[in-house]
Amino acid sequence: MSDNNSNKDNWPLWEVFTQPKSGKPHEHAGSLHAADKEMALQNARDTYARRNEGVSIWVVESKHITASTPEDMGPFFDPANDKPYRHPQFYSVPRAVKKRS
Amino acid sequence: MTTKTKELTQQEAFLTYLLRLADDRLILGQRNAEWCGHGPQLEEDLALANISLDLIGHATALYEYAAEIEDEGHDEDHFAFFRDDRDFTNLQLCELPRGDFGFTIARQFLFSAFSYFQYERLKDAKDEQFAGMVNKHLKEIKYHLRHSREWVLRLGDGTEESHDRVQEAFDELWMYIGELFYMDEVDELMIKEGLGVDSSKFKDDWKKLVEETLEEATLRIPDWDQFMMSGSRKGIHTEHLGHLLAQMQFLRRSHPEAEWK
Repeated sequence: MSDNNSNKDNWPLWEVFTQPKSGKPHEHAGSLHAADKEMALQNARDTYARRNEGVSIWVVESKHITASTPEDMGPFFDPANDKPYRHPQFYSVPRAVKKRS
Repeated sequence: MTTKTKELTQQEAFLTYLLRLADDRLILGQRNAEWCGHGPQLEEDLALANISLDLIGHATALYEYAAEIEDEGHDEDHFAFFRDDRDFTNLQLCELPRGDFGFTIARQFLFSAFSYFQYERLKDAKDEQFAGMVNKHLKEIKYHLRHSREWVLRLGDGTEESHDRVQEAFDELWMYIGELFYMDEVDELMIKEGLGVDSSKFKDDWKKLVEETLEEATLRIPDWDQFMMSGSRKGIHTEHLGHLLAQMQFLRRSHPEAEWK
C-alpha cells in the first residue's frame, strides 16, 4: 500500500471475534494487523463491524491461541463417531415429560 | 452568501450556519479520501476511508437540509459541485493538503475534538430535524475523536521519527485553529434562536483536551497566542482549496446530467 514498507511486517496479527447479538456467543470474524490491543479493537470495528454485524468485539493476539493440529484430528475427533449416545437426541423423551413442555 | 446591505434574516443565518458545518465536513472528507489505497497499513487505510465516508455523509445530510431551508430548488449536489471557492465557508484547517500520516491524524484530532464539543451542544438545538441529524452524527464523531486521539498518543510517544513528524504537524496546523472559534452575526442570531452554539463556552474544554493529549503524547504544546489565520467563514481560503475543488468538481461539472447506473 505505502511506498515505505519498512515496518509493514512488524505489526502483530490479531484474531477478531464479534458477537452478533447480546446473549449470543462471540464468533470468529477474521484477523487483522495492529500495533496494540486498543488499535486492534478499533481496526476490528472498521474491518468487521461497521455494517451492523455485532454488539461486542473481542480481539486476541493470534500467538496466544493454542490450536489443535491436523494430526490431532484422528485421536481428538474420531472416537466420537460411533458414540451417538453422547448426543441428547439419542434418548427418547418420556411421554409425561413431553406433555409438560 | 448573505448580503450585508439588509438585515440578516433567520432563514439566511440558518442556511449559512448549515453550509459552514457541511463545507467543513465535505472538504475534510475529500482530503481524507485521498488516503484511499495509500494508507500505511490496510487496516488504517480502511479506517481513514471510513472516517472520510462518515464526514461526507454528515455533509450530505446538512446540504440536503440547507437546500430545504433555502427553498430555491437546489439539491445537495448543487452545494458540493456547483459553487466556487469563494462560496465555500469551510475552515482553512480542513482544506490543507493531507501531508503525511501524522499531519492527517493531528488535523483530524483537532477537528474531531472541536466537533465533539460543538455537537454535544448542538444536539439540543430547537429544530427537530437538525437536532436529530446532530445526534446521529455525534456517535461517529466520538469514534473519530477516539481513533485520532489514540494515534496522536502513539505517534507522539512512538519512535523519534514519528514524534518529530507529528510535532511538526501540530506546529504547522496551529495557526489554523484560531478559526475554530470564530463567531459573527450568523452565530449570534443562531444562538439567540436556540439553533446554534456559543463556541467560547467550550473553548476551555477543547484546549484542556488538546493539552492533555499532547502532554500524554510527550509533545510540546505550541503557543496559543501565536498568529492565527482568519477569513474562511467569509470565503477567504488558502491556495489549496481551488485545487481540491477542481479535482472534486470536475466530473460533475463536465457531465452535469450524468447518473449512476
